[in-house]
Amino acid sequence: MIIAVASGKGGTGKTTVAASLASVWDGPVTAVDLDVEEPNLHLFLKPVISGRATAEMEVPQADESKCNLCRACSELCQFKAISVMGDVLLTFPEMCHGCGGCLAVCPEKALSPGARELGQISWGRAGRTGFLMGRLRVGEAMSPPLMRAVKNRLAEIQAGEPGDVIIDAPPGVSCPAVNAVMDSDAILLVTEPTPFGFYDLKLAREAFEPLGRPMGVVVNRAGLGDRSVHDYCRESGLPVLAEISFDRRVAEAYSRGLVVAEALPEAREKFIELAGRARGLVQGAAHA
Amino acid sequence: MPEILVISGKGGTGKTTLTGAFAHLASNKVVCDLDVDAPDLHLLLRPEPESVTEFYSGSEAVIAPERCEDCGLCAEMCRYDAVGRGPEGPIIDPLKCEGCKVCVHFCPAQAIDFPEKHCGQWFISRTRFGPLVHAQLFPGQENSGRLVTLLRRKAREMAERDGRELILCDGAPGIGCPVISSLTGTDLAVVVTEPTPSGRHDLERVVDLCAHFRIRAAVIINKHDLNPEAAADIETYCRAGGIEVLARLPHDPAATEAMVRGQVVTEYQTDGLAGLVRQAWAGIEALAGLKRAA
Amino acid sequence: MKLAVSVQGKDLKAQVDPRFGRAAGFLVVDEDSLESSYLDNSAGVNASHGAGIQAARTVADAGAKAVITGFCGPKAFQALQAAGIKVYTFEGQGSAAEAVEKYKAGQLAQAGTPNRPGHWG
Repeated sequence: MIIAVASGKGGTGKTTVAASLASVWDGPVTAVDLDVEEPNLHLFLKPVISGRATAEMEVPQADESKCNLCRACSELCQFKAISVMGDVLLTFPEMCHGCGGCLAVCPEKALSPGARELGQISWGRAGRTGFLMGRLRVGEAMSPPLMRAVKNRLAEIQAGEPGDVIIDAPPGVSCPAVNAVMDSDAILLVTEPTPFGFYDLKLAREAFEPLGRPMGVVVNRAGLGDRSVHDYCRESGLPVLAEISFDRRVAEAYSRGLVVAEALPEAREKFIELAGRARGLVQGAAHA
Repeated sequence: MPEILVISGKGGTGKTTLTGAFAHLASNKVVCDLDVDAPDLHLLLRPEPESVTEFYSGSEAVIAPERCEDCGLCAEMCRYDAVGRGPEGPIIDPLKCEGCKVCVHFCPAQAIDFPEKHCGQWFISRTRFGPLVHAQLFPGQENSGRLVTLLRRKAREMAERDGRELILCDGAPGIGCPVISSLTGTDLAVVVTEPTPSGRHDLERVVDLCAHFRIRAAVIINKHDLNPEAAADIETYCRAGGIEVLARLPHDPAATEAMVRGQVVTEYQTDGLAGLVRQAWAGIEALAGLKRAA
Repeated sequence: MKLAVSVQGKDLKAQVDPRFGRAAGFLVVDEDSLESSYLDNSAGVNASHGAGIQAARTVADAGAKAVITGFCGPKAFQALQAAGIKVYTFEGQGSAAEAVEKYKAGQLAQAGTPNRPGHWG
């Protein structure tokens, strides 16, 4: 099964929850960091990396000697990545979305596949837990292409070594977040009981509901704030799967790069319960 | 007229809490919430919208079943795996469609339409701290650099029209498209960080991004008392890079207490955390070359 | 030779628009006869991405050999250079007519590099 750990708001504790969940998970599991803009999971799980790859996107490369200036490429491209300027064929590889349209439409075969670096993918193990992450190149604007490459690598890993998957998703509710959770069997929404946490939880629920996956809520820093999150969950039928009380020791363990479930025994118990309930969420939906 | 952007790399460091307080302390400005994905600043500023505008960006492919001949070419050509099967034949998943138009162009039956995408709304609003320009993308929509650019442009037009002195922006987390659109051409990036491995790691990526686009950066270390050694490390890193550290703020429930009351921390109290935030703002004004009232 | 001036209005009396990619429009002026025609730039203004590239295409297609504007970003600059179109910087405020006069008098500096950092969006 694939469990995605997401949240509308950043900083609610997704990575804390994903790392702890992976460390207590019963059975073979791979932890995947899909927050490719700011990957943090490796700072806590501290994996030994056994392999790396550079992920690239296919972009057009122009052979001007073959170009007849027909502009078919320029007119099709929705992203201004290729233009005919006067009698020069010019490409802007950083604008390219890799759709292959220009390559397909060129009547003179003046375009061939070139590459733009998206970022780095790395994989390895953290104890019993498998590990996989992507890291976006600084200056690269788009997350989803690298996320797709990481997911392809995950499929290769799973083919050789099947097991469960825990995904640390990027924050927010726009397309990088949707991309991260769309293949999962259940989505855990991490929130905090404050007005910001409540508002962003609502956004997250609206964003992910069309995906039709069972969702559950993890309330982090419980006790600090108000009851609006709890009331909302009750009214909307979202199960609260765990509450992690605000405890300075948790914050300090986190600030030292420790996996909370490993640093604090009471926390470990909570996460084992959460793991059981997350499984239940997936199995409940499967039998529904 | 200077434009100041408050960003964080990592979410949850206190960027919006601080921008809210700065909106209170700054005089004669236009405030702009550029976190169009999960905008939170309005929860503190409680804006009253004066205008709402629909935002359209890009297009998406939609198969017209009555014209489709089910030849399968669109599915073969689509690089995003967006063509699935529905009850009436092939169907395009809007969550996967990249809007590249390849299927529309190559469909032998011309069976695919390409309507504009309604991505969200943007607003010009009144708040107790002055005008606010903000937006909300509909859930799942493409995170739009263009919307960020639009908001900045509107804020600047308003500021110039009304004789304001400053544009103050709350930025998005991360280092991707919307952050890049917020950063380019701004005068000062105030980076809010925390002394945790994630905070430090993400601070370095954001600082790299600022350097890449040649934007001046200054840092606020929030919740510094959670890990004083890590906080000191961050200061060393900043000093080595010539980046000014504007303030070290303690982890203080006052910020949440204020938020729960719908206030910014400088409205909620004058000493303690609020006092330090005021000092940080004075530092920002000095860096940005803003004239201060005597 | 034809010049393209980024403008906020529609004729030679219009104020120069300091932006290139998101300029409201362009005035294409024959430098000798001073005949001019207006090109709308809504394609650039409304572009989700690559407004500068779009604007460059518009002026190149109109046959302009030089552009007069305030600020031009790197992608637009690259596109104009590729088409052999020179970029001249008009500073401050003034009308398109004034800009053309200054250009003819050799008073406008030629932009050697893009004079504003890159934009995304």
